[in-house]
This record gives sequence, C-alpha cells and structure tokens, in this order.
Amino acid sequence: MRTPVFLLIWLVICAAVFAAALGLGNDYIFFAGYVVLQYVVLGTAWNILGGYCGYVNFGSAAFFALGAYSTVAIYRLITEHEFYRMPIPVLMLIGGIVSGIVGFGMGYLTLRLRGAFFAIATLALAVVLQTLVVNWDYVGGSRGAYIIRPEQIEPIGNYIRYLFLIMMLLAVAAITIARLIEHSRLGYGFASIRDDELAAEASGVPTLRLKLVATTISGALMGMAGAPFPYYIGYLQPSSTFGLDYAVNSIAMPLIGGTTSWVGPLIGALLLGSLQQIATVTISSAVNLLIVGFLLVIFVIIAPNGIIGLIHTYLQRKPEDFVGRRRVEAEMPGQAP
Amino acid sequence: MVFSFDLLINAVVSGILIGGFYAAVTSGVSLSFGILDIVNIAHPAFIILGSYIAYIANATLGIDPILAAIAMMPVFYVLGAGIYQVYYVSFEKRGQESLRGLAFFFGLLFITEVMLVLYFGVDYRYVEARYIGPSWHFAMLDMPLRILVPCLVSLVLIASLQIFLTRSFLGRAVMAVAQDQLALRLMAVDPIKIKRIAFGVSIATASLAGAFLIIIQPVEPSVGREYIGRIFAICVLGGMGSLPGTVIAAMLLGIVESLTSTFYGPSWAPAVSFGFLLLTLAVRPAGLLGR
Repeated sequence: MRTPVFLLIWLVICAAVFAAALGLGNDYIFFAGYVVLQYVVLGTAWNILGGYCGYVNFGSAAFFALGAYSTVAIYRLITEHEFYRMPIPVLMLIGGIVSGIVGFGMGYLTLRLRGAFFAIATLALAVVLQTLVVNWDYVGGSRGAYIIRPEQIEPIGNYIRYLFLIMMLLAVAAITIARLIEHSRLGYGFASIRDDELAAEASGVPTLRLKLVATTISGALMGMAGAPFPYYIGYLQPSSTFGLDYAVNSIAMPLIGGTTSWVGPLIGALLLGSLQQIATVTISSAVNLLIVGFLLVIFVIIAPNGIIGLIHTYLQRKPEDFVGRRRVEAEMPGQAP
Repeated sequence: MVFSFDLLINAVVSGILIGGFYAAVTSGVSLSFGILDIVNIAHPAFIILGSYIAYIANATLGIDPILAAIAMMPVFYVLGAGIYQVYYVSFEKRGQESLRGLAFFFGLLFITEVMLVLYFGVDYRYVEARYIGPSWHFAMLDMPLRILVPCLVSLVLIASLQIFLTRSFLGRAVMAVAQDQLALRLMAVDPIKIKRIAFGVSIATASLAGAFLIIIQPVEPSVGREYIGRIFAICVLGGMGSLPGTVIAAMLLGIVESLTSTFYGPSWAPAVSFGFLLLTLAVRPAGLLGR
C-alpha cells in the first residue's frame, strides 16, 4: 500500500471515529479516548527505538514530561508578557524539538556502549529531569503548575474534543512515520542493528548514526505526545508527570502487541489503554497498573512476539518468517541447555 | 551560604558513612550485573521488599531489623534462585535477554512497587531500635549511630562476599562464569547452577540492604526508584563487579551527594548520581578499578 493511500484510509477512519464519538453525545468518551490515543503515540514512539533497533528506553515518562513542561514554560512566558496565544500544534512542535534534542544528546552519550547502559541511563534520566523540574520554580517546582484550559473552541465546541482531535491526528502521524521507517532503508538498518549489531557494523551499516536517528525520532514523538497534556490535565505536577506508569505502559503496549511492526503498538495500546480506562472507572487506578505489570511479565515470558506473533503462529504456524529474527543462540557452542 | 570547615568535615564524614550503606545496596547489583551480566533493574524493588519485611518483624515482634534481615536472607536467596531459573528458561536460553529480559525485570520492579502500595499504602514506615536516635561525638564530628551501624555491618557483608568470591571454590566458580562459560563446562561444572547460586546471593544481599535503608530513612514503596540511578552509577564507576571498587565508588558518590545537599540543598542530591553515571559512561566506561 502506498503511503498516501495508507494515510487517507486512516484519516477516513479518524473522521468516522470522531463522528461516532460526537454522536454518543457524552464528552467523557473524549477524555478517555485522549488517554488511549496518547498511549498509541507513546507506544509507537517507544517501538521505533525499542522494537526496531532493540534498545530499551525506560525514560518514556521523561520525554513525555519534557514536552509537557515546555508547554508550561511557554504558557508562563505568554501569560507574563501578554504574547500572542500559541496554538497547540505549535506547542507540540516545540515540545517535540526539545525532546528530540534531549533524545539525541542522551543517545550520543550512551549508545556507543552496550545496550544495557542506554537502558539504565534512560531510567536515571527520568530521575534527574524530575529533580531539575522540582527545583525550577518558573514552571511551578514541586508545587505543580496550573494551566487554564479554554472552555470552548470554534467550531467544534468543548475544548476536550479539540484536544482529542489533535491527539488522533498525532497518532495517525506517528503510525505513518513508523510504517514509513519500516519499509525504508532506515528500517532495514534498524533491523540489522537489532539482530546483530556487530555484523551490521562489519557490513558497513552506520550503526551509531542510525541509532541516533532512532532516539531522536522516538524522543521527539514522545515530546509531541506530552505537549498538549497540561491543557488536558489542567494541573501538572512533577511526581505524576514523571510517573513510572507512563514508562511501563509505553513498554508494555508494544511488547504485548508485538514489536516488529507498526500494528503491534497500535493493537497493544488500543487494547491495554481501553482496558485500563475501564478498570480505572470500575475497579481502581492502582489495580489497573498492577494488571499492566502482570500482563507485561506474562507476555514477555509466554508470548515473546506479542499478540501479532500469536496470531501469526495461529495462521501460519511459522512466526520466524514474519518476525525476521534469526535464531543465533541455537547455533552457538556452549549455550545449549 | 556560609562556608565553614566544620560543615565541610561533617559533610565528608557523613558522606563516607552513607557511602558504606550505598556499597551494601550496590553489592547485589555488582554481583548480578557486574559479574553475571544480568541487568537486574528490579534490584531496588527487592531492597524495598527487604525494608518492609524488616518493618513487619520490627513492628509486630520487636526484633532488631538487622537480625530480622539476616534471618530472612535464605528466603531471599531462594526467591533469587527462583527468579534466575525463570529468567534463564524464558530469556537467556532463547538469547532474548537484551530486550525482553530487561522488560521482565522492569515488570517485576513495577509489580513489587504497586503491590506494596496496595498493601501498605504510600505512608512512610520506620523501625525502632536502640541505635536509632543517639549519635557519637568526636571533637567536632557528629556520627549518628543510625548511619554508623548500617555502614559497619555493610562493610562486614562486603568483606565476607569478597572472601567468598576469592577464597571459596564456589566463589571462584562464580568469577569463572563471568569469564568463560565454556571452559567452566569443560571442567564439569554446570554454569547455570553457578549462576543460579550467584543470583540468589545477590538477591539475599537485598534483604540486608533493605533493613539498612529503613534504619537510615523512613521508607515508602517508590523510594526504590531513587536508588536505581545510584546503584548503577556506583556499579559502573566501581568497575562492574569489583567489590573493592564498589566500596570506593559508593563512598565517592556518598561524599559528593552529601556535599551537594549541604551546600546546595537536599533537593538536588538525586541529580548527582546521574551526573556521575553519565560522566563515567562518557569518560571512563571501564570504571575506576575496571577489570
């Protein structure tokens, strides 16, 4: 399928979803839907680095919060100096640029080492950025920051509908980018890094450059997902914005869905995101996090290729062709059980 | 901010004492990550679990937290051995430890934390013991016993670990597993069994480290996250698996953190370890006493 056609199909689906949500006449559906879509973006962004390149990023919350806090900083700047109000897409762009730069820097410092160091560094990055934000009074410090959300917006009515629409478009953009990468030279380069970095390097794949491209794109998308968040939540607080639940969700969703194609994070985020929304309303928010944790652990143990892998095993009984992972370990001496 | 010699010396001494405690916290990761190459990011969660067990023993039975932790070490050992078995069968054997193994430990970290929140809530818990409260005074030095006692016990723990690793057959086998599994197999030793034992020992240290933690500061379930950066910063700086290196790195980090919180404010302290980690990774990835 050509990319424009792909994009068109998704835009039609989006229009249908939006119309259906409007038809239900309950604005709660937008509040819940926004969170699910936000996870679609986060999961897809995580998967560009984690699924395609095989580098685990535990700092999704940090990149997300960077986007959110750049919005807060701009908001403060505007309200203090009576600037022209910035539309949310511009804020998203700024959030994306900030997170992209941090992602690049992070990758530059740690990606030359073994993969595990990158993972640990991202985990620590979240703690440090949180420390910086807590100590930065301009964006509210540890007390948090208030953002006043406009009540209405022309011509769609309630502001949450506007946020929902924007997040939906961002999700489509993220999925399209992921799909584009998958079928390009870049994607094949990423896959070669994931399968055997040393062999890729030896065959002339510019691994460091490719990894930096991946961290930058992935970080930027996460920042873009975070930028409208202050307007959604109204009150932004460091401990919840940097919370572990964003990190866990954006890892769990692609791993549960399947990491090797753009479909996986989408399925994972839609399933897990909706499940969480339902569990939050019906049971409690702590229990829904527990569900995610257990699902993550169970899936990585029992179904390493996620739901997509399960479907493919069922349809073809040959997941290896689809997933494209070589079974190196079986041929290595001394590794056999 | 008035700079005084008194303040400086006290900050350095308390940094060294805290560093002794950090060394105990890190020793488990030095074993699992440094020697066995298992990136156990769930280690802080086991430490918090140890804290809560010490808390329960102390609150209900009035047992000294350190003694309770020592009594619990075999249980933690079994837990660790069990986790390694799952990890081996599901990831190491299939060669998927990099991505899915990490996600597995991350899931464990998260599950432990959420379960503790569900069971104990997010209130801070603390323990009671004779040495919590009083401190020793030497000239201008102030040494709170609640930090001194964990520091000393932790040094004993690390010394015994070091003796175990360098003097006993089993310990040497653990060191050998890190170097060459195939050679070990040729000596008719099962590397998986050795790794299981070593991982069990590494989790067993978390029990004791948890008791130290709750003696030093009140604990709530998410405290462990602050230690992830610290633990790995120390482990990498110490040279991945070298216990003497771990002690030196832990004390260095302790001193720098204590100076930072004395002269800039405690809210900046968590950032120090990350700065340390990044600096180490960028400048000297092999650590201070690299193998």
